Amino acid sequence: MSKQRVVVVGNGMVGHKFIDNLINHEKADQYEIVTFSEESRLAYDRVQLSSYFSGATAADLALTDREYYRDNGVNFVLSDKVVEIDRAAKVVVTESGRKEPYDKLVLATGSFPFVPPIPGNDKEHCLVYRTIDDLGMIKASAKESKVGVVVGGGLLGLEAANAIKNLGLETHVVEFAPRLMAVQLDEGGGKLLRRKIEDLGVKVHTEKATTEIVVGKECRYRMNFADGSHLETDMILFSAGIRPQDELARKFELEVGERGGIVVNDNCQTNDKDIYAIGECALWGGRIFGLVAPGYTMAKVAVSQITGGDELFQGADMSTKLKLMGVDVASIGDAHGNTPGAQSYTYNDEIEQVYKRLIISEDGTRVVGAVLVGDVDAYGNLLQMMLNDMALPENPAALILPSTGDSASVGLGVDALPDSAQICSCYDVTKADIKAAVAAGCTDMGGIKSATKASTGCGGCAALAKQVMDAELASLGYEVKNDICEHFAYSRKELADIVRVKQIKTFDELLESHGHGLGCEICKPAVGSILASFWNDYVLKDEHIGLQDTNDIFLGNMQKDGTYSIVPRVAGGEITPEKLIVLGEVAKEYNLYTKITGGQRIDLFGAQLHELPLIWKRLVDAGFETGHAYGKSVRTVKSCVGSTWCRYGVDDSVGFAIDIEDRYKGLRSPHKLKFAVSGCTRECAEAQCKDVGVIATENGWNLYVCGNGGMRPRHADLFASDLDRETLIKYVDRFLMFYVRTADRLQRTSVWLENLEGGLEYLRDVIINDKLGIAEELEADMAANIANYQCEWKTTVENPERLKRFKHFINSDEADNSLAYVLERGQRRPATKEERVQLVELVD
Amino acid sequence: MSDWITVCSESDLTPNTGLCALLGGEQVAVFYCGKTRKLFAVSNYDPIGEANVLSRGIMGSIGEATVVASPLYKQHFNLETGECLEDTEHKLKTYPVRLHEGEVQMQAA
Ligand code: SRM
Ligand SMILES: Cc1cc2nc3c(=O)[nH]c(=O)nc-3n(C[C@H](O)[C@H](O)[C@H](O)COP(=O)(O)OP(=O)(O)OC[C@H]3O[C@@H](n4cnc5c(N)ncnc54)[C@H](O)[C@@H]3O)c2cc1C
Ligand code: SF4
Ligand code: FES
Repeated sequence: MSKQRVVVVGNGMVGHKFIDNLINHEKADQYEIVTFSEESRLAYDRVQLSSYFSGATAADLALTDREYYRDNGVNFVLSDKVVEIDRAAKVVVTESGRKEPYDKLVLATGSFPFVPPIPGNDKEHCLVYRTIDDLGMIKASAKESKVGVVVGGGLLGLEAANAIKNLGLETHVVEFAPRLMAVQLDEGGGKLLRRKIEDLGVKVHTEKATTEIVVGKECRYRMNFADGSHLETDMILFSAGIRPQDELARKFELEVGERGGIVVNDNCQTNDKDIYAIGECALWGGRIFGLVAPGYTMAKVAVSQITGGDELFQGADMSTKLKLMGVDVASIGDAHGNTPGAQSYTYNDEIEQVYKRLIISEDGTRVVGAVLVGDVDAYGNLLQMMLNDMALPENPAALILPSTGDSASVGLGVDALPDSAQICSCYDVTKADIKAAVAAGCTDMGGIKSATKASTGCGGCAALAKQVMDAELASLGYEVKNDICEHFAYSRKELADIVRVKQIKTFDELLESHGHGLGCEICKPAVGSILASFWNDYVLKDEHIGLQDTNDIFLGNMQKDGTYSIVPRVAGGEITPEKLIVLGEVAKEYNLYTKITGGQRIDLFGAQLHELPLIWKRLVDAGFETGHAYGKSVRTVKSCVGSTWCRYGVDDSVGFAIDIEDRYKGLRSPHKLKFAVSGCTRECAEAQCKDVGVIATENGWNLYVCGNGGMRPRHADLFASDLDRETLIKYVDRFLMFYVRTADRLQRTSVWLENLEGGLEYLRDVIINDKLGIAEELEADMAANIANYQCEWKTTVENPERLKRFKHFINSDEADNSLAYVLERGQRRPATKEERVQLVELVD
Repeated sequence: MSDWITVCSESDLTPNTGLCALLGGEQVAVFYCGKTRKLFAVSNYDPIGEANVLSRGIMGSIGEATVVASPLYKQHFNLETGECLEDTEHKLKTYPVRLHEGEVQMQAA
């Protein structure tokens, strides 16, 4: 049987989704696919378009690539527009004259930005915002401009405004309607959004109808408005709405709507049964859907119909939640309360700048819509209540009132959601899909993301998806997942609470009362670290010693051949020539490989067990302390040279770094902690990739938290600005102790924060506003820790009992006889397996 | 059967940790379980990490088995049988060991 030819016009988000669904369909081999794009590249993520301005590349935005299409037999033609459909002969013709026959034709031509018919709108720096090529032009234009105007204060207009603001232009938004985002927001919401956006320095002009664009005096152009006023600007970005790209349908007599859009039925079919239309070009039930999720659903329906299935398109919810210039905005269902008899609750906090309106049905039992600005936490709950037609709780107002902290969440439990509830609208992931993923073995959000794609689009569903996952895990009796290991049915955090509340001082005590078996290499070091961070006891006491990794017992990191490294603390990276000389002498005497680390200190490698105390004795005598390179503890506070030498430095970063390092050195924690202090915004100490980062400003110090390098880098978040030293230290005390107490084993601050419900805001609430009333206790804990500090190496070398362990054999003074080295660049390194064979042969 | 050889005294043992003894040229890792008061002896050589380090691993249990986790790459070895739990291809040599009149004694295997 010969294959059916499916031709897809437009390779945008939805056209690609259609193709991707079809090639992954079980009947895929019965179809031959050809797609045409007017654009010069294959489908990319238009939703994330703005990220192009913050560094994303075209490759980052790509949804597919040529190899993928080729491997799956998809033929594609780029930069060639389809201009003709011969419906009788079932052939399409492109601009370049290419003819392509089809059995089924799919129109996925999207939409184009509407440019109001204003005289002068075709000038050079009058642009639109839809494609990657548009972005290129905007960037180029911005380089030659100082002022930019966005025409249109809707969702896309505000996004465009943010983009040009970030490009450094003085930014204006000109809106015809009396308020911003008139489609999604009511008056109160629009007003607050405007205030917030103006606070960010964007000037908003509402009720302005532009009559012409002429040459300006101060700027390149001047926009004249119907009310006689005017505005000067160098660049104009039109974002006054979109229009369905239905040109082909009009020309070749497919049915189109009065105001545009290719009319389709529930099968996504046009009035020609072999021609489908999907995505933003399609008009269903008199509506155009300007979001990607409904388009994806249409793509699914069209694939089903073409392959003989019976899925139908039944409309889509247009609720949205987004962040515009950092302002949270959400709109659900009937945001304007147009439903007959609708009533509403409004919460308007002008101090905190939060506006929420909940619109409910005439009989007061159902959510019909909502508007949220400034705080959109209620979005997930309200949306699900509306979509699933769920009964309102006793006191509906509580759904939008700020939570009072201790009261149990008034939202619906995710248990109440039906399986069909759509959790992620970007990828049409239902509660059932998440449950299935959990049943198939996913136990964390990473797993859920890769199995279902939930929360990999706009990310708006992340919190809800996690709740569904957690509830499902719990119902399957999977809470085990939080258990640290088979010996304790508790998470690290729970164990920490037990240890603290019950004042438990040893592992055996804890195992006896709360665990079973003998413990293992997971729970033992974890408990060891908990004990150390609460009681700051010497970690090598007999009762603690079996809990420690070899690194902690011998106070050095084990290397591949069983020897150890030596990393003395070099606070802030500052070291005297005298101390450098001591390091050199010691390294020379013990033949240690010497390297400058990435943490601004010096690592000496290749020390054998019996040499460790001898070496450290020398170092301690010379004034060095352990660098804790082996422990889950504070590592280094990296610094830049700062104001004492650097001509740009605004404050003494080295001095502050040393103070900070001395304060927190030795602190045990769930994972290692890294800090840095930069003396000015040039940020030479790379503070923004550290757990705690500090940057000097003209007015004090900015504090950043929860950054990470390593396997999964994360930029730190700005936590508080322009602090004085005392306040900063106070916050860091609280922050560190809160982390130590609540994080899971081996959870860096970055991951901890990402998993912290309420995120950064909550963290600020706890640390700065003392929401939980624990700040004093956290500070006291830290003070106790600092008071108990001891250099473990100093304690060790001064204690002959301790030194007994530092021998390779209990019954012999011999050293490990299997070590073998070769010289490289003037220093020694462990021999490779092949080299060893030769060495041994030489020796034997 | 070879003779019992004393490698150290009972007081040298720290419960729930290992130590390394030299037994006729072989490196042997000796472990002492505080809870069961049992002694174990296996080869000190980690066949996966390829270094003499097992005596410095953390001791514990996995299910019923008493094990040591290699300090290099964390594979578990059954202290009773020497078998590697993750990769049964690898099996450590085990040695008879006992506590006798305050002394830790072993036999060459
Ligand atoms: C020595 C050093 C490399 C060097 O030659 O420069 C190093 C060496 C090791 N790093 Fe590192 N890291 C070193 C700087 C870094 C840095 C850079 C920095 O701190 O500015 C990073 C990325 C920054 C970060 O952590 O956010 C780094 C990210 C890691 C990671 C990944 C952590 C993560 O969150 O993804 C590991 C693995 C781990 O901790 O689980 C790791 C683990 C290790 C271990 C402990 C691996 C091991 O178990 O043997 C290495 C120990 C060497 C030793 O015996 O001392 N090392 N490591 C650096 C020591 C700095 C110091 O003075 O203390
Ligand atoms: C800046 C921006 C932000 C957005 N943010 C969001 C958001 O947060 N959430 C959301 O849900 N949606 C958002 N959208 C909307 C979303 O991008 C669209 O809903 C989605 O791209 C529609 O997909 P589509 O395939 O129908 O159209 P498109 O992605 O526009 O694809 C249509 C393609 O067809 C091509 N084409 C048209 N006619 C022809 C022809 N005759 N021959 C050949 N090729 C042709 C076009 O050049 C285009 O490449 C945003 C859009 C923009 C511009
Ligand atoms: S990057 Fe890898 S190899 Fe290099 S020091 Fe860190 S852990 Fe070792
Ligand atoms: S709703 Fe956008 S990622 Fe799930």
